[in-house]
Amino acid sequence: MKKKKTVEYGKYGLMFLVPFFLVFLIFQLYPLLYTFYNSLIYSAKNGRYVTESFGFQNFTEYIFTSGGSEFWNALFVTIFMWILNFIPQILLSLLLAAWFTDIKIKLKGSGAFKVIMYMPNIITAATIAVLFYSMFEVQGPITTLLRDWGLVGQGGVLNSGWTSFFIIAFIQFWMWYGNTMIVLCAGILGINPSLYEAASVDGASSRQQFFKITLPLLKPILQYTLVTSAIGGLQMYDIPQLFNDGGPIVVQGGNSINSTTTVVMLIKKYVDAGATQDYGKAAAYSVMLFIFTLIISLLFYRLTAEKTKKGR
Amino acid sequence: MNRVESTQSKVSVNKIVRYVVCIFLCFLSILPFYILIINSTLKSSEILTGIKIIPGGEFITNFKNLLEGSAKTSGVNVLQAMVNSLIITVPATICQVYFGSLTAYAVTVYEFKLKKFAWGFIYAIMMIPQQISMVGFIKVCNITHLYGSYLAMIIPAIAAPTTVYFMKQYMETGLSTEIVEAARIDGSRELYTFNHIVLPLLKPAMATQAIFAFVASWNNLYTPSIILATERKKQTMPMFVQALKANDKERDWGQIYCGLFVTVIPILVMYFFLSKYIIAGVALGGVKE
Repeated sequence: MKKKKTVEYGKYGLMFLVPFFLVFLIFQLYPLLYTFYNSLIYSAKNGRYVTESFGFQNFTEYIFTSGGSEFWNALFVTIFMWILNFIPQILLSLLLAAWFTDIKIKLKGSGAFKVIMYMPNIITAATIAVLFYSMFEVQGPITTLLRDWGLVGQGGVLNSGWTSFFIIAFIQFWMWYGNTMIVLCAGILGINPSLYEAASVDGASSRQQFFKITLPLLKPILQYTLVTSAIGGLQMYDIPQLFNDGGPIVVQGGNSINSTTTVVMLIKKYVDAGATQDYGKAAAYSVMLFIFTLIISLLFYRLTAEKTKKGR
Repeated sequence: MNRVESTQSKVSVNKIVRYVVCIFLCFLSILPFYILIINSTLKSSEILTGIKIIPGGEFITNFKNLLEGSAKTSGVNVLQAMVNSLIITVPATICQVYFGSLTAYAVTVYEFKLKKFAWGFIYAIMMIPQQISMVGFIKVCNITHLYGSYLAMIIPAIAAPTTVYFMKQYMETGLSTEIVEAARIDGSRELYTFNHIVLPLLKPAMATQAIFAFVASWNNLYTPSIILATERKKQTMPMFVQALKANDKERDWGQIYCGLFVTVIPILVMYFFLSKYIIAGVALGGVKE
């Protein structure tokens, strides 16, 4: 009797799933599959005529031959920019999280510190990018200051590829370390306090406790932070787009390279209406980005998982 | 005695170092926004002379110029852009939280054949970034005639796996199935039970999810800047910010800073009141395993 009832109610469970899965199929799964399909449609422009052909030509022409420098450069920029922001971010977040959860040296106002350090994360990235641009552009207040100190020339800050690159990495770091710190704090607070008590009784120093208890037990959360940050970082768009439009263009060995253009910015460039529109190319770049996102997140997952096993 | 003293002084030096670092970081967090606010009250010519500490009296003028200038060059002014953003963000947030809760409820409370598969599926798709399927998304928008429409940003919010994940976690600890069964005995229909008995119990978790859904949708630049590219009157707030930068040929920096300031006011005000819940929500998001 009872079993019959649960079966009866089960159909409501299925019914309630319909909106989610319907929308998912139409607006997420189909677009993903269609993007894969579209990456195999190559359009060749002959003046006003466009001829389409089916095959791997988008990949051979725009990625795996000399024509691929645009893609590989953007991928390199994206990954390197992420690494440059993530390493200081995770180190600072770990340090702050250790401080804020330290019972021996209690910091007053750690709640307020957290609120202020997290703040940049919630502000619109577009606004932040334009704000930093306004401060660093050739007449901007910080450029003026640096020029007065003799640190930059008349050209300003933004026409050097590396400075734009570093500033964007810094903005990412500045926006995200507060978030990571809060996540790590929660992780540390979730560790059984009796472990620390036992360690203290045995005479372990704070430093020992941090490296022997906190870090090993924090590994699942560090892993989660690493993987989500890498996935997010590979999709970077707003800040490099609005900070310096993916530029400046740097000439290197005869090639002109956009020094801060990420892969998603390229995808946007080729789906936008206009002379450069090329869905096949944009789709091929998307597929490559998907594959790299998958590889990198699985790689990180594997690497950190193995280390956890060894540690125990 | 001596030893105790030295460790104590060591502790206090350590403490001072920690405070100095934290205060410096807070200063770093606030400084750009301070410059933003000060510069929004200055004339363009004053801004170009360097960093100022004291605000000027030009905010109203800058704001007026901003309303007129931006409407002329980019089709909408800052207030219209924010209203446009709200038109997307409010229904998108409601959809995301309501349907996210409903989906989580389905895979938590009911027993049916595909339950495990459905849940595993939702869990698996959580990490797939949406930027990579833009070519196909444009295709869908063309087929469904949603290209250029706000609905293209609203309807997809119904399928937000992270919200489902979060709500399911909350339900597993915060919702007793006895309440659902009691409602059944009283003859309540299933959807009625969900809407009138279960949803009120989920309020704290829904509020957290609503804040994050709202912020994500409000800050989103990528999708609207593609889907609404041809609709000048429908520009959202982040698109307005983009246009603000694109129009910097006029170089009225007072106007630009003022525009940027106006766009951060709603979020700053919200953050001021809700920071406690937001910080708690961020902490919860990380403790996933």
